[in-house]
Amino acid sequence: MQPGVSQRSVAPPLRLGADAVTVEIGGVPIQLHTSDPDFRRVIEERYAGFLSPSALPVCRFEIQLTSNHVPADEDVSVFRRGSTWCLQRGDFRAEWDLRRREGWIRQCANPYSIDSVLRITHSLLLAMEGGFQVHASSAIRNARAFLFAGVSGAGKTTTVKLAPPDAVVLTDEISYVRRIANGYRAYGTPFAGELARPGANATAPVQQVCLLKQSSQNRFRPVSRSNAIRALMRHVLFFAQDKELVERVLDSVVHFVSAVEVVEMEFTPDQRAWELIR
Amino acid sequence: MKECYIARSRTVAARQLGEEMVIMSAVDSTLFNLNPVAALIWQAADGKTPLAKIVEERICPAFDVEPGEALRDAEQFVSDLAAHGILLLAESPIVESSAVADKKS
Repeated sequence: MQPGVSQRSVAPPLRLGADAVTVEIGGVPIQLHTSDPDFRRVIEERYAGFLSPSALPVCRFEIQLTSNHVPADEDVSVFRRGSTWCLQRGDFRAEWDLRRREGWIRQCANPYSIDSVLRITHSLLLAMEGGFQVHASSAIRNARAFLFAGVSGAGKTTTVKLAPPDAVVLTDEISYVRRIANGYRAYGTPFAGELARPGANATAPVQQVCLLKQSSQNRFRPVSRSNAIRALMRHVLFFAQDKELVERVLDSVVHFVSAVEVVEMEFTPDQRAWELIR
Repeated sequence: MKECYIARSRTVAARQLGEEMVIMSAVDSTLFNLNPVAALIWQAADGKTPLAKIVEERICPAFDVEPGEALRDAEQFVSDLAAHGILLLAESPIVESSAVADKKS
């Protein structure tokens, strides 16, 4: 075989591949194209544990970098126009055509903007299939995932910081939950909080959700179903101004609580707390 | 005194949990929890029944409260929800209401 001919025949896909980075979070690959090699490297480094070059993407985004450095100080707006989702914040604009499964992102070379677009896109994808992202740290122990939910300062990061060596930390910030045939699975995410460290790219069936409450003792307390739903709804990450999807998220949380145990976890901020997590 | 008619907004998702109600706004994802009294008013908010009649026929018998006091509380409650865009208020019947039965969970 003549190398030159071979190279010519594969040149377009190779070039396309060279511009693209596929980031797979929660088993959902999203391909990002950028013609800027520096920004591509930024993406590759940021999502290093979550790159999946051979995965078939569920959607593709072309990133159009602008030189306008606008701070992310505006509220995010997410709405649907026909089959297109529109995502807007001070620092980015994005559109995603559901039918064509592709879209564009206009932003400056700021990794936080692409992070936000990915979070929002995943929240929409999850909402459509009965899952959700939730403000909770999470970890796998004994092949089961545990979620630790709470308001800011409740101890989400502290809990996973204290995790014993046999626990695999999925995230200290945003847990990723998908519905499966007989329950729910939690997945690691690269979205880092205070730890400034991405979670492990791992997954396990969800065993329990712990609503965190710092205390002088370590114990679980039961939570009524309605309180569990309310508590989880407060922590679910959802952006879209879309009644149909809001209905779906509400139904997803109601179903989740019927399938997964939710407890209040009173805990001391030290390693003894993990004696409860088995 | 003017009548007050109330109707549920189309931009919210609501689920009844036991006697209470959880409502989520599709506009800003704000979550509201309604206690049993408020949930009853919400359910009765069909755009056609005056608030005073809802209080008289649904609230007072169920919760053993004095009608005047119950109406004042109800007016305050519907006014608060209207400010959040959860309820629509009008002085005449609201034709375009979202009086769809809430799902029970």
